[in-house]
Amino acid sequence: MDLQYTAEEHAFREEVQQFFAEQWDDEMKSMLENRRGTDGMKPGMIEWQKRLYNKGWMAPGWPVEHGGVDWSPTQHHIFNSERARVGAPERIPFGVTMVAPVIYSYGTEEQKSKFLPRILASEDWWCQGYSEPGSGSDLASLQCKAELDGEDYVINGSKIWTTYAQYADWIFCLVRTDNSGRKQEGITFMLIDMNSPGVTVRPIATIDGFHHLNEVFFEDVRVPVANRIGEEGKGWTYAKSLLVHERLSIAEVADSQGMLAKIRDLARREINGGKPLLEDARFAQRLSDVEIELMALEFTELRVLADAAKGVQPGPESSLLKLQGTEIQQTLQELLMDVSGYYSQTLQGDLSDEEFGNDYADLARKLYFRGRASTIYGGSNEVQKNITAKYVLGLAS
Amino acid sequence: MNFDLTEEQTMIQDSLERFVNEHYTLDQRNAVISLRDGFSPAHWQRFAELGWLSIPFAEDNGGFGGGPVDNMVIMREIGKGLVAEPFLPTVLLFGGLLEAGGRQELQQTYLPQIIAGELQGAFAYLEKQSRYEMTDVVTQARQDGDNWVIDGEKIVVLNGGAAQKLVVLARTSGDQSDEKGLTLFLVDADASGVQRKAYRMTDGRDVANITFSNVVAEAVVGEVDQGAEVMNPVVDSARLAVCAEALGAMESLNAQTLEYLKTRKQFDVTIGSFQALQHRAVDMFSATENVRSLLYRAVCTAAAGHEDATRSLLALKVMVGRAGRLVGGESIQMHGGMGMTDELSVGFYVKRLMIINLLFGDADYHQQQFIEVANAEQSELTLADTEAA
Ligand SMILES: Cc1cc2nc3c(=O)[nH]c(=O)nc-3n(C[C@H](O)[C@H](O)[C@H](O)COP(=O)(O)OP(=O)(O)OC[C@H]3O[C@@H](n4cnc5c(N)ncnc54)[C@H](O)[C@@H]3O)c2cc1C
Repeated sequence: MDLQYTAEEHAFREEVQQFFAEQWDDEMKSMLENRRGTDGMKPGMIEWQKRLYNKGWMAPGWPVEHGGVDWSPTQHHIFNSERARVGAPERIPFGVTMVAPVIYSYGTEEQKSKFLPRILASEDWWCQGYSEPGSGSDLASLQCKAELDGEDYVINGSKIWTTYAQYADWIFCLVRTDNSGRKQEGITFMLIDMNSPGVTVRPIATIDGFHHLNEVFFEDVRVPVANRIGEEGKGWTYAKSLLVHERLSIAEVADSQGMLAKIRDLARREINGGKPLLEDARFAQRLSDVEIELMALEFTELRVLADAAKGVQPGPESSLLKLQGTEIQQTLQELLMDVSGYYSQTLQGDLSDEEFGNDYADLARKLYFRGRASTIYGGSNEVQKNITAKYVLGLAS
Repeated sequence: MNFDLTEEQTMIQDSLERFVNEHYTLDQRNAVISLRDGFSPAHWQRFAELGWLSIPFAEDNGGFGGGPVDNMVIMREIGKGLVAEPFLPTVLLFGGLLEAGGRQELQQTYLPQIIAGELQGAFAYLEKQSRYEMTDVVTQARQDGDNWVIDGEKIVVLNGGAAQKLVVLARTSGDQSDEKGLTLFLVDADASGVQRKAYRMTDGRDVANITFSNVVAEAVVGEVDQGAEVMNPVVDSARLAVCAEALGAMESLNAQTLEYLKTRKQFDVTIGSFQALQHRAVDMFSATENVRSLLYRAVCTAAAGHEDATRSLLALKVMVGRAGRLVGGESIQMHGGMGMTDELSVGFYVKRLMIINLLFGDADYHQQQFIEVANAEQSELTLADTEAA
């Protein structure tokens, strides 16, 4: 047991640090800071992803033949830690980490050459059309329908909670092509051009005040059969295998460490009853409670990483990464909000930081409300616990 | 022992409940919030006509002579309905301070105007550096002939945009955090030298940062340097009131979430049939009942002037902060994606609970006060007694 990086890994880290020092510059920061969930986010993200692309690091996890890099799990970890340390954003996942692996694993040669280069160069913006009003946790019950009509499928139905559909050029969807058998078996994986006639997008207002969620309606939308992935009725299998591609950084440990450091700094600055809030016994206790949990999670993540580096299946502890990671994130978001006191529940509007009297509460509030969703999407924490109880602990019902 | 409401209190409760049912659907509330001051002047008139604005004031001042129980009844319904009208800032704080200040000419001039729904007020006490310490005040008032002249800045003044008159907490002597040396002043909100920057809270309510430069006060409320003595009991009754509001909000969240658990289906069954969610619903319920119990305790001890009143109130405010966060968080979580939207009122209730946690100090702040009070209590038992036993 040891924690040493090899000489190559040290050299790699230096290269990564240098990349961020040069590319995560003031221009980039001003394009992206405080833009989350605003229309300014899109050009900023595209510019950032193009910078990654120019370095050859847009899709390190892809097979080399499609533009990936043969990074070891440790290299992925190093990259991601450095990214979080400087506060640079994770890539928008829908294209590069969600649909692309399905395309290069199950798509036709034509689909690969049509879509992958454009994803790599951030020329297409993708969104994910899985959930429906009646099908959230029970995704396999989805009803959005595709019927074959000559060379096309005709799509009717709707998708909901579609993140950034308002920016998207393409949507990847699970649609129902058959209602006769097991519900998982009649599902097909489809790539749909958002500019097709009959597609409409309705924004959904959310508690964080951003516009990121949408409902997407399909009315007699014609989609060429050539846009179907793999076989009809196999969509569920493809989508599930994609979940196995889960990012190693799903616990977002490095991001949480950055947040913790920020909270500590701000709590040192914030005066509470004549002394820094950081010296308040209850606050210090709560901050250190979450810090200790994060220290444990960091090593759970490293254990999973070490297995991956050896090329063996990660142990059962890997199922805890998302659960614990999201709970820790929410605790940190709560603490940041508590540091900002009254300001955390005020809307700064047009007031300058100076007039308002605070320069971080606006962000604290947004992170908090946005963060409530992390235990809901991507398989809610309740559903994750059900799965862990059943498949990891063997507690079948 | 009796935790029942009187017939009169039940009538007040019923009439508020009717008002909420008629005027406070989510769409109606959104319309109210989008008005200039974040509330409806027409509703406010209705409050006056129905006599609600008179309830906390003494009969001598034209009021109904209500006490903590009556305030609880009103505020709980306000909480249940997420009512946006400024009962707390105008009636309980501004009106409460004028009444408690004891100056008859002020009471006779302004309390009838408040009761008639003609006067909006606010209490300007917070400052940029003060966080939850209400006595941490650097806004200065100095005497200039017969006048008092105020300089400084107040932040997050509830109802600060609509208020026509303000009660301003200012320092007239002592050091920055001293309780002594504070004085309350009545100030016209349009007086020369008053500058307001209005903005909104997350629940849509209107607040303002207000700067005072060379502002001549209209009057002193209470006695010079004795402001804290007037302020403390008024703020305590406001604390109690917002805790009652929190109870109402939690009850509503419980009801909405239970309804959702009983109707939303996944995997061909209602999600309320999942034990994981059943247990969480029970946790929400139990947090809410704890708040109700401490609220009754705090209200009864306050009404009776009981020695346990302070400890009970502090315990309540801590519990409201913690339980409110639990109930709010669980409500969003169990609504899934729907809980993240502005299409249900869940998020608006959660925001109100978060604001209530902050008002007059958050749960951690009140727990510190609680510890100080609880630890100061002397046991009757001496060490010798324990050894003998
Ligand atoms: C911010 C955000 C972004 C999203 N982005 C996308 C996107 O881009 N594309 C997309 O397709 N979807 C997206 N989603 C949808 C997301 O995947 C669903 O919200 C999620 O699957 C939950 O479904 P639901 O909202 O219908 O809740 P429900 O499934 O109705 O769940 C309601 C509650 O019941 C609980 N529950 C459900 N089943 C069980 C069970 N068996 N045992 C115990 N508890 C249970 C849940 O945990 C939850 O607390 C997004 C959601 C959010 C909030």
